[in-house]
Amino acid sequence: MSDNPTFERINGEINDTDVVLFMKGTPMFPQCGFSAAIVGALSQMQVKFKGINVLEDMEIREGIKAFSDWPTIPQLYVKGEFVGGCDIVKEMYEAGELHKMFDDKSIDYQA
Amino acid sequence: MAMESAELERMIKEALPDAEIAIEDLRGDGDHYSARIVSGAFAGKSRVQQHQMVYAALQGKMGDQLHALALTTDVPA
Repeated sequence: MSDNPTFERINGEINDTDVVLFMKGTPMFPQCGFSAAIVGALSQMQVKFKGINVLEDMEIREGIKAFSDWPTIPQLYVKGEFVGGCDIVKEMYEAGELHKMFDDKSIDYQA
Repeated sequence: MAMESAELERMIKEALPDAEIAIEDLRGDGDHYSARIVSGAFAGKSRVQQHQMVYAALQGKMGDQLHALALTTDVPA
């Protein structure tokens, strides 16, 4: 698994930054409604995150699906751990579970 | 590319025979669905694992033939 250079890059990204969103487009200009929904939730909570635009990187775009065993984008990682895609993050946000997870992982946000 | 909702339901049932499935074709185009799936097989699994089980049931069609499937999963009450 560590022989795969794309997986190594992904590992680097999710270990270098606490909150990483693999998305279509950028946080300023999401190019997909599902990506925009997660950007919206994180922005609402004023969480600092890094957006990685998979549309500009074919290797990451395909690699992240295999890496997470998850067929779609966006994908949210917090402290190196896969949290979920749009449906799960939205559900967690609405249930207050996202807040709890950020508490548990010591990530700053505005309630 | 698109997929019939009956086909979607059949594939999920094959992997999760006890599942109660409610599928909605969000745009009537056979390409944007939402599905609520309740199955005992989800017991003790994380949400990510539950969704992965559904994606596995769809055998690679998700993200390929099927553009959007908004999923909600739960265990029987």
